[in-house]
Amino acid sequence: MKATAMNRRDYQIISGLIDQGARVLDLGCGDGALLSHLQDVRKVSGYGIELDDTKVRASVKNGINVVQADLERGLSGFNDSSFDYVILSLTLQTVHHTEKIVREMLRVGKQVIVTFPNFGFWKHRIQIFTGRVPVSKSLPYEWYNTPNIHVLTIKDFEMFCDTHNMNVIDRIVLNEAGNPIRALPNFLGMLAIYRFDKK
Amino acid sequence: MIATPKFESFPGNIYLKSGAVLQGYDLVYETYGELNSDCSNAVLVCHALNASHHVAGIYEEDEKNIGWWDNLVGPGKPLDTNRFFVIGVNNLGGCHGSTGPSSINPLTGKQWGGSFPFVTVEDWVEVQSRLADRLGIKQFAAVMGGSLGGMQALQWTIDKPEKVKNAIVVAAAPKLSAQNIAFNEVARQAITSDPEFFDGNFYEHGVVPRRGLKIARMIGHITYLSDDAMNKKFGRDLREDILKFSLDIEFQIESYLRYQGDKFADSFDANTYLRITKALDYFDPAASTGGDLAKALAKSQSDYLVVSFTSDWRFSPQRSREIVKALVDNQLNVSYAEIEAPHGHDAFLMDDAVYHNLIRTYFDRIWEGLQ
Repeated sequence: MKATAMNRRDYQIISGLIDQGARVLDLGCGDGALLSHLQDVRKVSGYGIELDDTKVRASVKNGINVVQADLERGLSGFNDSSFDYVILSLTLQTVHHTEKIVREMLRVGKQVIVTFPNFGFWKHRIQIFTGRVPVSKSLPYEWYNTPNIHVLTIKDFEMFCDTHNMNVIDRIVLNEAGNPIRALPNFLGMLAIYRFDKK
Repeated sequence: MIATPKFESFPGNIYLKSGAVLQGYDLVYETYGELNSDCSNAVLVCHALNASHHVAGIYEEDEKNIGWWDNLVGPGKPLDTNRFFVIGVNNLGGCHGSTGPSSINPLTGKQWGGSFPFVTVEDWVEVQSRLADRLGIKQFAAVMGGSLGGMQALQWTIDKPEKVKNAIVVAAAPKLSAQNIAFNEVARQAITSDPEFFDGNFYEHGVVPRRGLKIARMIGHITYLSDDAMNKKFGRDLREDILKFSLDIEFQIESYLRYQGDKFADSFDANTYLRITKALDYFDPAASTGGDLAKALAKSQSDYLVVSFTSDWRFSPQRSREIVKALVDNQLNVSYAEIEAPHGHDAFLMDDAVYHNLIRTYFDRIWEGLQ
């Protein structure tokens, strides 16, 4: 796991953003838990994409459709607007070709849902202030073994949306306890969930 | 596990895709495990170019004759015969007991030889389906195969969509490329230009086009292995320590290929080989839908597992991705795995943990679906 899900609170929020019976593509689906959850509660259909052998097998075991592929290479196996939602859950901060992947998500999905750990979270700021690279519940790795190569803050992401033709529909920010917050999101928020489409 | 070949005769006419008609045919097949009371646990395993109905187990009187997919199929194995009723069929046109070129043509009383009709993957599906009817199987829990066997599994879901719950398509392609056909043509030319081929009627001359078959197998074998696998196994190793500057066997790879070729020439029928390579060349389910594979698969009701191997250059992962794309375009349930394996096309026959565990997990899922 690239970053820790908050007791699956993020799953509940994602399923709240998704229509019943929708077509979903889950990028970096891991063991398929999110897609399996969405199949149960939202009766969605679709596919997960995963690169790791063990996780591919775990996804098969979880009863989801999984396609083994490297998302860094794009989504050429999928047609334009062929999914209601493309989801990138806790993976944005791990990818190399961020702009290309976002472009591909907007091509294949009518809407995109992205979740990521907020680097601007106050506990991270304190650790940086004390001279350390943050290690936390949402970023549980040391600097030398982290897959999180493109850490970002909520503010960073919103600037990215402005410059990359993305129209934000929903923004939900969760604090450390997993509760949605409105005040000082970039400071108090640990996890950000965005739903957007093409401008 | 002891295997016992069984026979079924089908007396009625079968109209082949080529336009030819066969007035009845026989099939040899094997089964492993027990068919359950509602006949829902049957799995058909389709064979590739040079295999047969002997998928798993050994024969009582010939313990060294192990089934070609025995590492995958059997009690407690990934395709577990304690759960599933597994069927292997020697395809029509084969040389292991089903009606084929070396069978007697009832119209002439002589062996068919070169006059045996050309058969296609569609013909095989029809023939296998008639056997399933005979056995009381209305729907297979899965149809599975590697390489040409995978193509049959895919064709099943097109021709008999209601009869296939799951298709497991391993190391296959939606159609052959020019290079694939070219390799097959070299193999065929080796056989047909052998002076002992006699237009396929070599039986009546009491000979076998051994040289042709041997070369055909050698060229085929090269394409089943990867450059890396061959280098690892043989490198430039010599049989003896010095170069002999002669045409004798010098490099180990030469020795290996000749051995494989000889073994094959002793056991396989040249006319069958020609027909099976042609069936490969003809396979193109999208031909009837203007080249659109997704359209060809539009009526499928099956779930799919598609598997490819990274070092397979005969039917590369890209070819499997074409199949997956067509299935995704139809919003069908499909999982796809690209197995990191060094062995080339032959990887589908190897005992690889990642590959076999995936197949096991998929069959677990099928099994749960049956409960």
